[in-house]
This record gives sequence, C-alpha cells and structure tokens, in this order.
Amino acid sequence: MAYVAVKGGEQAILNTHKLISESRRGNPDLAELTLAQISEQFALAVDRVMTEGSVYDRELAALALKQAQGDAVEAIFLLRAYRTTLPRIALSEPIDTAKMTIRRRISATFKDIPGGQVLGPTYDYTHRLLDFALAAEGLERPNAELAREPLDGATPRVIDLLDSEGLIEAESDDRAGECFDLTREPMRFPAGRDQRLQNLARGDEGFMLGLAYSTVRGYGGAHPFVGELRVGEIEVEIVPEELGFPIVVAEVTVTECQMINQFRGTAATPPQFTRGYGLAFGHNERKAMAMSLVDRAMRARELGEDVRYPAQDEEFVLSHTDNVEASGMVSHFKLPHYVDFQAELALVRQLRAEHAVTRAEAQMKEVAE
Amino acid sequence: MNSKTRIEAEQAAIAQRSDWLGILSRSIGSELEELAVPFAAGLAFEWLRVPDVGLVMVRGRAGGTGNVFNLGEMTVARASIRLADGTVGHGYVQGRDKRQAELAAIIDALLQHPDHYQEIMAKVIEPLRQRAEARRLAKSRKAAATKVEFFTMVRGEDPA
Repeated sequence: MAYVAVKGGEQAILNTHKLISESRRGNPDLAELTLAQISEQFALAVDRVMTEGSVYDRELAALALKQAQGDAVEAIFLLRAYRTTLPRIALSEPIDTAKMTIRRRISATFKDIPGGQVLGPTYDYTHRLLDFALAAEGLERPNAELAREPLDGATPRVIDLLDSEGLIEAESDDRAGECFDLTREPMRFPAGRDQRLQNLARGDEGFMLGLAYSTVRGYGGAHPFVGELRVGEIEVEIVPEELGFPIVVAEVTVTECQMINQFRGTAATPPQFTRGYGLAFGHNERKAMAMSLVDRAMRARELGEDVRYPAQDEEFVLSHTDNVEASGMVSHFKLPHYVDFQAELALVRQLRAEHAVTRAEAQMKEVAE
Repeated sequence: MNSKTRIEAEQAAIAQRSDWLGILSRSIGSELEELAVPFAAGLAFEWLRVPDVGLVMVRGRAGGTGNVFNLGEMTVARASIRLADGTVGHGYVQGRDKRQAELAAIIDALLQHPDHYQEIMAKVIEPLRQRAEARRLAKSRKAAATKVEFFTMVRGEDPA
C-alpha cells in the first residue's frame, strides 16, 4: 500500500535541529572549523563531494561537509539540492585533457613516455604508518622541492602512442557533440556511452570501486592496464550568447584515467586493445580508475561480448550508482510507517488464524482416517 | 581598408577581448579588487544584467577524444554593464563572487576604450596574468621535482 503520512512532532523536530547544531559544533572550547580550513586541509573530501555532488565549487562543497559533520554522502545530497536552485548558464566546450597543466601523470604500460612520469602528490609510495608528528600542533612541515625547470608545456596522451599503430581502438566524435543529459532527461535503456559516463562520473565511489573490483576478480574477465593516469588543471571554455566567441571561464582540477583492456578481435576486426575511460573533478584517482573499469565492463554489449556479470549489466549498474537516490530509498524506511505496518500486522494475524484452522482440520482428518 | 584586412582586424580584436576576459574570469577576487578599484571606483554605469550566479555544465570526451559527455556542473557569476557613453562590458568569473563579476564587467567595458586600453592592460590584466603564471610555474616546478625514472629489473634468465 502507499505511504501514509503522519503529522505532529513539531516541537520535537525543532528541538532536534537545535541538538544537531550543538552536536555539529562539538566542544565549544575548541576553535570552530572555517570553510577555508576544510577546503585546504580536507581537500580530497571536498573533491569527492564536488564530483558526486556534481558541482565544482570548493567553498560550497566545504560548507556541505561542515554542515554534514564530514558525512560525504549527506554533503553530496546537500550540494545536489543546492544545485537545483541555480539556473544553467551555458554548456562548456568539451575540455581537452591533452592541454592539462600536469601535476601528476603516470603510466603503468610504458616507462619512457614523452613528457616523463610525474609522481606529483601521491600516497602510493608511503608506508601507510600513522604519522604521529601530524598529531602535534605548531610543528614545521616539510615543504615541496622545486625543480629548476617546470614540466614540458605539452604532454601528449600516452594512449595516442598505441593509437598511431592501430593497436588500440580509436575514439572519435561521431555524434557532432550531441549528448545526453541526466539532469534533464530520465535514464534510457539501452544507454549510450555518454549517458553511462555521466552517470558514472556522478556515481558513488564506494559502489563503483566494488563493481570495478568484481570485474578483475572473475566477474567480468578484465585484465586491465593503466595506460595513463593524470591529474592537473584544465581550462573551461564557454561561448556566451551575448559575445558569440569563446572565452575561458574557469580553470578546474580534474583526474583522468585511460584504462587499456584486452580484446580478442572478431572475424571482421583484428585483435586490438579496447579502452575504458574515467574522469572526475578534483584529485580523485580511485574514482577515476574504478569508473574506467566499470565503463569498459559496460561496453560488453557493443563489443559483442557476453553480458554475464553485474558490472556488465548497464541497467543494474546505472540504476544503482547514485548515492543520493540510494540513500534516500534506504533511509526512508526509518520514517514512520505506522499505517503500512498496521495493515501488514492485520494481514499476518489473519493468515496465521487461517493457517491454524487449516492445520486443525488436517489433523482431525488424519485422526479420522 | 579592404574586407580581408577588416576581417583580420575584427578577429584580432575578438582574440584580444577573449584573452582579457579569460584572465579576468580566472582572477582571484581579492587580487582583482586591489587592481581594478582605482579604475572602477565612482564610475557611472547602468546594469544590463545585475550580478547573478549560475551553472556551467562541464563536458568531457570519452577517451579524451571521443563522443562528448556531461561531466558535471560548476558555478559561475556574471554581470553586464553599460558605461555612460554606451560601451557594454560583460563579466564572467569562476565561483559565486558577484562583486568580482561586476568588476570584471567594468574592466571589460573600459578596455574597449582606446584611451584606457594600454593603462588597464598594464595595471590590471598583465599583473593578473603574471601572478597566475607565477602560481602555475611554482606548481609545475614542484611537480617536476617528482619526475621519476623507473628501471625494469633484469632477471636471471634474461641474456645479458
């Protein structure tokens, strides 16, 4: 039966708002966090909220995290709700990640790449031991080393090295820039890659990571290589109506992952590597990598592979990536369901009574025989 | 002036304006305030669009070069003004700073005046460009210090 609303409880609800405000603030003897502190010192949490909240604005994401007491999924929900209050000004020109100002760029497939391998800021080669020096306040922290020269201006995509030999499938624009917009249209199946990539870009990192993991553990048969992972700043261009020519309107940080996968080839196509793509706002490597694996898994149908595993099933994946929808559905079960439950209760009582009568009749029959 | 040189002159003017608008849009609010206020303070203008905040959908391409898809939105503040002599200025800035959008629009209008162009380029646009470039360089030099050479270990069974 449909959900039946309840009313009342206004005072209790007002009081819980005050209580949550006090809980959020914590011990008032301690200094309150500023948005700048959150943005600067919890930068990766901010990046996740911007990516899945689908709004690039560090200050808003920091505010959402502060309001949600650091709960990423709640903060993402707050940011998504806020975005609905703003008008859409423009669509950007597609960003060109080859023109990125590189801060980090690695390849697991080639060790010598034009422009070089740049570790940038990474936890990859740390020992994962708790650093108690960070617990102490007022200590001087190590500063970054400065190389004499900056990195080369142009850093070609590693994947293009394979592309020139035809060893990897080419990616070209055959839709004249047209693309699906999940914020304007409901999901459609079968989904185009544009719809899938937008959905994955906004999708929950944890869910995506689990799915990506499943594809390399036997539920997808993937044997991937990171062709290239890059993090850096990219210019965003729009063409304002009143100007009629492109202007750079912003510079955003993005993480891009080009995943290379095996492909057997068919009678018509010679064996060739295939690709999965991941792109996220901010520094978000785990997300971009997981996204690229799931993107490749969901391409099974178009590449003529069997669709056998959860990560290859686009309807399963795309319907469950969104953590605002998912947590909304799961969380709503804690709201009052008194009337629904009363109905179920009456039904179970009735079924039990009928069951008892049927059993008694059956026993009497047995005795009689 | 023949039509070819006129078109070239128009294109050059558009490229110039696109360049300064791009510098203004990525400026830091406090830096623009510091540099632009001497030119903007007390200037008479009317609003064509009062400053407002909206979203730009940032689009990417599958594989970096393939079909376009929507990555996510970003906040942008914008404003449009008209100076007393009729010159129209548009300001677009990253984020939600309406004052910054207002200043960008005023500077855009003033830069279209041959009388102000050189001075404002020298005192607003070039300093903003240099500061942004210095920040970019510092970041790039820090990244360059982490450039790595990996060596593949030679295994026993490999011939020397």
